[in-house]
Amino acid sequence: SVSHSQITRLYSRFTSLDKGENGTLSREDFQRIPELAINPLGDRIINAFFPEGEDQVNFRGFMRTLAHFRPIEDNEKSKDQNGPEPLNSRSNKLHFAFRLYDLDKDDKISREELLQVLRMMVGVNISDEQLGSIADRTIQEADQDGDSAISFAEFVKVLEKVDVEQKMSIRFLH
Amino acid sequence: MFLLLPFDSLVVNLLGISITVLFTLLLVFIIVPAIFGVSFGIRKVYMKTLLKIFQWATLRIERGAKEKNHPLYKPYVNGIIAKEPTSLEEEIKEIRRSGSGKALDTPEFELSDIFYFCRKGIETIMDDEVTKRFSAEELESWNLLSRTNYNFQYISLRLTVLWGLGVLIRYCFLLPLRIALAFTGISLLVTGTTVVGYLPSGRCKEFLSKHVHLMCYRICVRALTAIITYHDRENRPRNGGICVANHTSPIDVIILASDGYYAMVGQIHGGLMGVIQRAMVKACPHVWFERSEVKDRHLVAKRLTEHVQDKSKLPILIFPEGTCINNTSVMMFKKGSFEIGATVYPVAIKYDPQFGDAFWNSSKYGMVTYLLRMMTSWAIVCSVWYLPPMTRQPEEDAVQFANRVKSAIARQGGLVDLLWDGGLKREKVKDAFKEEQQKLYSKMIVGNHEDRSRS
Repeated sequence: SVSHSQITRLYSRFTSLDKGENGTLSREDFQRIPELAINPLGDRIINAFFPEGEDQVNFRGFMRTLAHFRPIEDNEKSKDQNGPEPLNSRSNKLHFAFRLYDLDKDDKISREELLQVLRMMVGVNISDEQLGSIADRTIQEADQDGDSAISFAEFVKVLEKVDVEQKMSIRFLH
Repeated sequence: MFLLLPFDSLVVNLLGISITVLFTLLLVFIIVPAIFGVSFGIRKVYMKTLLKIFQWATLRIERGAKEKNHPLYKPYVNGIIAKEPTSLEEEIKEIRRSGSGKALDTPEFELSDIFYFCRKGIETIMDDEVTKRFSAEELESWNLLSRTNYNFQYISLRLTVLWGLGVLIRYCFLLPLRIALAFTGISLLVTGTTVVGYLPSGRCKEFLSKHVHLMCYRICVRALTAIITYHDRENRPRNGGICVANHTSPIDVIILASDGYYAMVGQIHGGLMGVIQRAMVKACPHVWFERSEVKDRHLVAKRLTEHVQDKSKLPILIFPEGTCINNTSVMMFKKGSFEIGATVYPVAIKYDPQFGDAFWNSSKYGMVTYLLRMMTSWAIVCSVWYLPPMTRQPEEDAVQFANRVKSAIARQGGLVDLLWDGGLKREKVKDAFKEEQQKLYSKMIVGNHEDRSRS
């Protein structure tokens, strides 16, 4: 689990972002980070911190979202399978990425949603037609049950070989 | 009441005597040496004693924490998470490589590409390079100021007594002394420059003006108990040049101007600042702009160019970052001063935050609060390096020249060289940067061709 000093450090970070000093962060607090503001998917990532319909996130919620990015330790892999799945399991990391695509949270990535996210990532540099054919090809390759959308299971299948553990994990220096 | 009378006059007498003694001491040990530019070395001894006390205090805190078996909070300046310095292209290629056996030379879109943006985004939420430059640096050892302590619960009784003694010394002895000195320095500056202003232009006026300025800056230096070490003084700026330095606080001006003669550049303020500015310009030509003129870049450039072309005028002092940064990094230099075509004399200023952090967090503290905090710190310790002069090479433009100077200053001062704009302290980042990222990514999914039909 997260060490005491790591929690202290993240709490220190939380308070430095909390300009209003009211113990919660708003979307503006996140957007003030320049390197996040220039990230094409910055708004989608910020959204992941806020539960449905809420505008403020407290430290607990902040930590909960960041917990998805803890590295998967070797000893954790062989832990008791009966307990609740840890937030940083491979499946939950994939689910985090899935939710970035799934704009309306209906557990499916439709063609429209994929197009919208693609548009965020490429800006004005690619035409609608080209983007459309990229989206079509992606769905065609992933879709197995013929509903022209990508479900979570289909998403997992497409990415089964990707080293999710490494690419969606952030290590502390101390 | 009858009994209070003799007591009253006793108190008054004591007060009178102590004030006289204080002022005599002030005059002999501080003001007279300031006028002649000599030093008794009192400040160096003070600094060494303080260092020993700080080391002792830190050890006590560590011991206290160990006894309670708690880990001590130690700040880490180099970031808290591991970040790889790979580019967008390399990272995405690596993700795709691990995912599929397809040929990597053809640009296409993969669902796994999102991992790159996702992780990068979360990394910046946990620790980013820019926002931490706008708040004071965290110290590794405690310097007996409550404002820098993160481990309150491990302070023993002895340490608390020491801290209390520190508070007494700083607020009841040092603060009044410093305020008296600052008052003396500023009033001498205003009256001195006004008087010199009445003289006819010529060698005499120049000489007197320089020395009045110098003397008053030196008194102000002592008012802050600033202990400054100058390096490479042979590279000091000459007439017709521009001196550029990294900016941490308004004190930077006092530190540089107490070791050389400069023409100041800036906006005219109201209040006390305005009075000082108007008096100074009577004695020698500083470059002050009205608020409305500051926005007009051509006007600013024209006046600065006129000034540097006149070899009889003093070198200009400019801080190209445009705002105060916390002295752990150097941020983007605005290109205006580098377009003028004069010789640039870079100066690196590095403060030692151990004795008092000089960084002015202007969104948190106003000027008066800031000065009070400075005057109730132990001391302001810094090093100043005069770097060899630089000129713009024919093949570089103003921005490249500015970056070259910035890197030289960052290297000398041991500061991180950042390309980010210090203006991000208050403003949002420009959309152009996001568009750059989007363009880079687009190349990865459609390559460099404008139109490619796909089935």
